[in-house]
Amino acid sequence: MSPTDLAFQEQQAAGRRHRVVNDFSIQVATVNGSGSQTANLVLLRSILLMGVPVSGKNMFPSNIAGLPTWYTIRASKRGYVGRKKEVDFLVAMNPETAKEDVLTLDPGAAVVYDETLKLNALRSDLTFYPAPFDKLVTPVCPDAKLRRLVRNMIYDGILARLLGIDLSLMDKALNKQLGKKGRAVALNSAALKAGWDYAEANLPKQDPYYLEPMNETAGKILIEGNTAAAIGCMMAGVTVVAWYPITPSSSLCESLIGYMKKYRIEKETGKATFAIVQAEDEIASLGMVIGASWAGARAMTATAGPGISLMSEFAGLAYYAESPAVIFDVQRVGPSTGLPTRTAQGDLLTTAFLSHGDTKHIMIIPHSVEECYTMAQDAFDLAEHFQTPVFVMMDLDLGMNNWMSDGFKYPDKPINRGKVLTDETLKKIGEWGRYKDVDGDGIAYRTIPGDGMPAYFARGSGHNARGQYSERPDDYVENMDRLARKFETARAHVPKPVIDRQANAKIGFIGYGTSHYAIEESRDQLREEMKVETSYFRLRAYPFTDELAAFIDAHERLYVIEQNRDAQALQLMKLDLTPERVSKLRSVLHYNGLPIDARSISDDVLAQEGYEVAKKNVRAGSSAGMTGGE
Amino acid sequence: MAVRVNRIGLEPQVYKGGKTTLCAGCGHNAISERIIDAFYDMGVDPRRVIKLSGIGCSSKSPAYFLGGSHGFNAVHGRMPSVGTGAMLANKKLIAIGVSGDGDTGAIGIGQFVHLMRRNLPIIYIIEDNGCYGLTKGQFSPTADLGSKLKTGVVNDLPPIDTCALAIELGATFVARSFSGDKKQLLALLKAALAHRGTVMLDVISPCVTFNDHEGSTKSYAYVKEHDDPLEEVSFVPFFEEITVDYDPGSTQEVRMHDGSRLLLKKLEEAYDPTDKITAMKRLQETARRGEFATGLIYIEPDRDDFLEQLNLSDEPLATLPLEKIRPGREALDEIMESLR
Ligand SMILES: Cc1ncc(C[n+]2csc(CCOP(=O)(O)OP(=O)(O)O)c2C)c(N)n1
Ligand code: SF4
Repeated sequence: MSPTDLAFQEQQAAGRRHRVVNDFSIQVATVNGSGSQTANLVLLRSILLMGVPVSGKNMFPSNIAGLPTWYTIRASKRGYVGRKKEVDFLVAMNPETAKEDVLTLDPGAAVVYDETLKLNALRSDLTFYPAPFDKLVTPVCPDAKLRRLVRNMIYDGILARLLGIDLSLMDKALNKQLGKKGRAVALNSAALKAGWDYAEANLPKQDPYYLEPMNETAGKILIEGNTAAAIGCMMAGVTVVAWYPITPSSSLCESLIGYMKKYRIEKETGKATFAIVQAEDEIASLGMVIGASWAGARAMTATAGPGISLMSEFAGLAYYAESPAVIFDVQRVGPSTGLPTRTAQGDLLTTAFLSHGDTKHIMIIPHSVEECYTMAQDAFDLAEHFQTPVFVMMDLDLGMNNWMSDGFKYPDKPINRGKVLTDETLKKIGEWGRYKDVDGDGIAYRTIPGDGMPAYFARGSGHNARGQYSERPDDYVENMDRLARKFETARAHVPKPVIDRQANAKIGFIGYGTSHYAIEESRDQLREEMKVETSYFRLRAYPFTDELAAFIDAHERLYVIEQNRDAQALQLMKLDLTPERVSKLRSVLHYNGLPIDARSISDDVLAQEGYEVAKKNVRAGSSAGMTGGE
Repeated sequence: MAVRVNRIGLEPQVYKGGKTTLCAGCGHNAISERIIDAFYDMGVDPRRVIKLSGIGCSSKSPAYFLGGSHGFNAVHGRMPSVGTGAMLANKKLIAIGVSGDGDTGAIGIGQFVHLMRRNLPIIYIIEDNGCYGLTKGQFSPTADLGSKLKTGVVNDLPPIDTCALAIELGATFVARSFSGDKKQLLALLKAALAHRGTVMLDVISPCVTFNDHEGSTKSYAYVKEHDDPLEEVSFVPFFEEITVDYDPGSTQEVRMHDGSRLLLKKLEEAYDPTDKITAMKRLQETARRGEFATGLIYIEPDRDDFLEQLNLSDEPLATLPLEKIRPGREALDEIMESLR
C-alpha cells in the first residue's frame, strides 16, 4: 500500500466518524434535456450564498435529449475549485446509470435516489436516502407536462435539509436563476419545500457531510468563462464578430450578442456600433475577421478544434499579409469530432504553427474567468500591435462551467491600435513601405483603406518591403527574417508567467489554463501528505518568455502538466530550450475528457519520483466518465 | 494643352494600376481596362475603393487597375468573406472583387453562395474562361458540356451557370458580358457602381493560352459567334442629363438607387430584367441553343443591402472612437451585479 493511499483512507475513515464540513463533492446524475440545469445551478448558487467556496462542472453528452449527464458541485473551505476525483454525495436520478454510479462510489459516500430504483440493495457501505419523487411532485405540480422539470427541485430540497442549506437561500438562488418568471419560481419553490419536508420527516441524517456558513464569497460573481470572455471583448471595443456555431465556443458569441445589443447600441440613433455575423463556416469566419481587421475594425471569432483546422489557410494569410485577428479557441477533445462536449488542452501544437510554410502564432492562455476577461482585451491589443493573429486558448472546462470570481475591474488603459501610419509619422520616417521595419522591432506601419494614407496591396504571395509582388530570394528572406524578429519582439509583450518559487523545492511544476486548480491542490497534497515541496510556473503565453529557462535552471526535475496525450506544451518547449534543460522535463498527462484532478497529479508525480502508488488511484477517470453514453 | 480630368478632377492616369503580367491578348486585361474607364467616367474616388480577389490569373488583375486603391489578394475561393469583413468595418468603402470561374465555381462556390444571399454591397466579377489559367488549363466548373481542352480531353460534366445560380440565391444585380464587347461591358460596370447591393457580373474572358482553340466553347471565335444580347444597354449616370431621346415603347428604363438610369433598348424579343422568372427561363433557353445571353439579366434595385439590415452606425465601425465602443463603468457594474 502506498503512502498516499494510506493517507487517503485514513482521511476517509476519519470522515465517517467526524463531521466533514464544507469539503466534499456532490454529483447529480441525470438525463440531458430533463431540465436539471436549473436545479443544479440553484444548488450551486445557494452554497455560494452561504459564503462557502464552490465550483460546478457539467459533464454532458453531445446530444439534445435522453443521454446521461452528470453535474458535479464541489464545496471547499480551502477554496479548491478543481475537479475532485471522488464523489462524496450522489444524487441518482438517471435509471440508466444509477447502478454503475453507485457501484463506483468510494465507501462512506451518500446517495439520494428515487426509491423505485432500489439502489440500497447494491451496497452496504454507503448511506442511502430513498425518496418517492413522483409522489412528491404530483401535489405541488398539477400540470403533468411540467412535472419532469419541477421534479428536479425536489432533490435540491432534500439536499438542503440533509446538508444544512437554509431554504430561504435556496429560494433566493431560485429567484436569481429564474428571474422574472413568477409562475415558474412559485412552482419550483413549492417543490423545494416538498423535498425539504419529506427529508425532515423521513430521512434522518446518517452521513458526515455538512455545509456551514463561511465568509469567503462576499461580492463574488458566478460566471462561465465564455461569458467572461464576451464581456472582455465588448470592453476591448470589438466591432466585428464573425462566427460559426460549435460547442464549446458558441455561448461566447451568443452571450456577446446579448451584451452588445444591450450596451453597444448608440443612444442617439438606435444604431449598432458593431456587426455580428453568423458565417457559413469557420473559413468564412476568419476571412471576415481578416477583411474587417485589414479595414480597421477590431474583429474576432470564436471556435473549437474543428474550426481551427478549417482556419488553417487563412491563419497563414493573416500571418504573412500581417492582418490582426483575434481567435478564441475553446478547446474540446479531438482528434476529429472527438468528444465534443468534453474538455482538453489538445490544440496547442496545431495552433502554434497553424498553416503551412514557416508560420507561427501568438497564443495566450487564461486560467480563470477573470483572465478570460482581461486576456480578451490583451488579445485585441496584441493582435493590433503585432498585426498578426492572436489565439486565446481556453477550454471547455473554463468556457462552459460556472466559476466563482471577484467582480471584474473596469479597464484602466485605452486600447492599443498599433502602428497605424499618420501624417506625422510619415514626415518622420520619410518613405513609407508597408513591410518596412523602421523601428527595428519587426513591426511595420500599416495604412487602412479609407484613411486617405498611401494604399497598398495586401497579399499572401511573396512581397518586398514596399508591399510589391516579388519572387526575389533576397526579398523573401528579408521579409521572413523580419517576421521572425517580430515574433521575438512579442516575447516581451505577451502575458508573463505567474511563478511561485519555493526556496527549498527541487521539483518544479509547469502548467497552464484550467490545470491550475488541480495543480495548486496537488501541491498542497504533496506538501501536507508527503512533505514534498514544489515550485510552480503558470505559463500564460506562447512564445515563451525568458522566465521559463530560469525556472528550469532553478529546479532539478520539472513536471509539465497538461490535458492532452502528446505533451504538447513540452514539445513546444523542446524547440526553444537547450538539450540540458529539456532533459529535466517530465510529463504529467491527463486526457480522458474530464477536467484534470489533484489526486491524479499527485499520484503520477509520486510514481515518477519513485514512490509506490496504488493502481486504484492512477486509474484514468471517475465513474461518470466511464459510463458516458457516447 | 489641358489634361483631361473627370468630374472629381482626377486624370485617367490615376485610375491605372501596375503593368499587367498576364498573357498578351488575355481577356482579363480587357476587363481591367473597362474597369479603369468605368471608375474614371463615374468619378469614383480611388481612395474609397477596395479591390479584392482570390487566386488565379484573374485574381491577379486588381494589381493592374486603380493603383491608388487598397487591395487584398486573399486565398483561393475565399475573397467573399474578406470583402464582407472589410465592408462591415467600413460601410463607406466601395468594393470591387475579381474572381475566376475556378476561384468562384469550384473551391469558392460556398462563399459565393453566401455572398449572393447576403446582398453585400460589392461588385463581384467572374472573369470566366472555362478553365484554370494559372494552373495551366484544366477544366473549370463553368466549362460547357462537350467543350474540348487543347489536349483533346472532352468535358463531360454540365456547367454551373453562375448567373442562374446568383439569381436563384437572391443576388440583386446579375449580368453577363464578354471581354470583347467594350460598349456593353462599360455600361454594365457603370451601372454596377450605381447599384446598392451585390452585383454579380460574369464576364466571358477567353484564355488565349489554354482555351482559345477550335472545339472550345470559350474561345474568342466561339463567343463572338454565340453572343446573344438580351438588350442594348446604355447607362445615364445621375450627374448627367439625358441627351438622347428614346422611345418608351422600345426602351425600358430602370431607375437605379442613386438616381442614375439604365436604358435597355429592346432587340428582337422583349425582355424584362426585373422579372426573375423571365430571367431564369431566358437563361435556360439560350443555354439550350448553345448561346450566351449577355446584358443585364436580372435587377432588383431597391432591396436593402446587408449593411442596412445590420443597422450599422452612420460612422464606419472602423473609425468609431473609444467612447463609442467601450461601454462605461456603470455598464460593467450592472453586469457584475447581475452575476452576484
Ligand atoms: C487551396 C488552393 N488550391 C489550389 C490552388 C492552385 N490554384 C491556383 S489558381 C487555380 C485556378 C484558377 O482558376 P480560375 O479561378 O478559373 O482563374 P484563371 O487563372 O483561369 O483566371 C488553382 C487551382 C491554390 N492556389 N490554392
Ligand atoms: S494563362 Fe490564360 S488566363 Fe492566364 S493570363 Fe494567360 S491567357 Fe490569361
